[in-house]
Amino acid sequence: MLNIRRETIISYAFIERNFNLLKRYLNWEILFFSYSIVNALTIGLIMVGRGSSADVLYLVIGALIWGFLSIMMREVSDAITWERWEGTIEYTFMAPIYRITHLVGSCLFAILYGLLRTGLVLAIMPFFFGEHIDLGSANWITMAVTVAVSSLSFIGIGLMAAIFPLLSPEKGQAATGILQSVLLLISGIYYDITVLPDWLQPFSKISPATYTLRSIRAAMLENASVESQAGNLLLLLIIGIVLIPLGFWVFHIAEKYAKRVGRLKRSG
Amino acid sequence: MEVPIYGLTVRGVKKHFHKTKKPDEKLRFHQKILRLFKREKETIRAVDGISLDVNIGEIYGILGANGSGKSTLIRLISTLLLPDAGSIHVFGDDVVTNSMKVRRVMNRVSVEASFFKRLSSAENLIYAARLYGIAAAEAAKKARDILGRLGFDAKRMDEEMEQLSRGMQQKVAIARALLTTPMLLLLDEPTTGLDPKSKRDVQAFIEEIRNERNAVIVLTTHDMAEAERLCDRIAIIDNGKFIAEGTVKELIAKVPPNDNAPVTLEDVFIALTGKDLEEGDE
Repeated sequence: MLNIRRETIISYAFIERNFNLLKRYLNWEILFFSYSIVNALTIGLIMVGRGSSADVLYLVIGALIWGFLSIMMREVSDAITWERWEGTIEYTFMAPIYRITHLVGSCLFAILYGLLRTGLVLAIMPFFFGEHIDLGSANWITMAVTVAVSSLSFIGIGLMAAIFPLLSPEKGQAATGILQSVLLLISGIYYDITVLPDWLQPFSKISPATYTLRSIRAAMLENASVESQAGNLLLLLIIGIVLIPLGFWVFHIAEKYAKRVGRLKRSG
Repeated sequence: MEVPIYGLTVRGVKKHFHKTKKPDEKLRFHQKILRLFKREKETIRAVDGISLDVNIGEIYGILGANGSGKSTLIRLISTLLLPDAGSIHVFGDDVVTNSMKVRRVMNRVSVEASFFKRLSSAENLIYAARLYGIAAAEAAKKARDILGRLGFDAKRMDEEMEQLSRGMQQKVAIARALLTTPMLLLLDEPTTGLDPKSKRDVQAFIEEIRNERNAVIVLTTHDMAEAERLCDRIAIIDNGKFIAEGTVKELIAKVPPNDNAPVTLEDVFIALTGKDLEEGDE
């Protein structure tokens, strides 16, 4: 029977380990953080230069939310890659832990880390954009609910993306990057999806990021309530409910395959 | 009839890997393209029908050259590989169908220390212990005790792993395995590449564990003297098969003496495998 206390201690092991690693690689963390700030600033400043204040927030939201969702999607995959490189994956897989506990621990770290990093970047934005960004009419409750619900679907995608480094650390990183860039293209991060070619637009409709951005922009720019976004939120919830179990199942199949062909070894 | 209960039982286990064959000669461009569609596979019989029983309280040695299948067998026992055929039972539990129960009573030390190198040994050990449901305070206390017995200076527990020597890293790896008090301890070349002092410390510690608890220990090694000193029984593995098994005395008796010189375990190994221990690559 599942011992909740024991599984909680084990889940916490992954959160603590990742924060310890984050502290040890603080230089890299500062670099990534600086890059996130500069990225959001440069994108927003394009609209400042064009004198289009209303569009500054539209683009900054895109940069921030994409940053957050990317962390959700990449973190589990990056943790697996890291474990493959260090050779510790064999010890993690040899430990008496349920895979769900292992992956939930990694996902919880992703959520905490994503919120921390995105929150800090958001806090810095007003210092650069001043009157060009008006957060006075933002509906923060709608935004928080949207972020929470959309995290589910991105964790599901992240679990599926984590099978790439499980099977091959080098090719896996590249495959995760390709998946991420496709989502960036089709999800309307910096533009409305109607500007995409007709043949690409159906793909936008299956990307959870499309609905996430739609609701967050409505909340931040138009003070939209949770009720008014119920359609989008329900869709995101359904995608999450489908993708998370699917992600666990796909990971389980990949783990079995890796154990059958001997892919867990450090040399691969 | 009473059925004997072994700590570890392996029956007819096989593990074959299929790898793309490298071309014998340099290929032209069009041949390389064609090869993308038609790759020749070769089968590597890493473990090929191995059976063994290890009693509770026994150290069982597996002696073999690089690439002979020692580490693959250890990975099969430790649930990191799925066998193609045969069965493995740890204290009566099947490693495939009851893997969670097996993992609770087992741990392993591999030839590569395998740690998060920028984390300290304390951070690595606490993380590893948490995976077994052991709280941080208890893990830290146990780790200090085990590392102290291995001759590891406790003051260095907060240093990053990459600052430690290979010998010290391996001692931390042994501490990681013993923190969980395993009943089955798999030692995969634990002293390979260690300096003589670290090697002696580790060997003495393995003897201590054998004397103080009824664990099952499987030790793979290159080192004849280590095998003679530590193992109750030894199997010689070559090309994925056990070609001999017995106590040191029984193995030595298999080879006739040459020029009245006493037969050593190394003579037995060379006579039976036709190989030097350093040959091959796993």
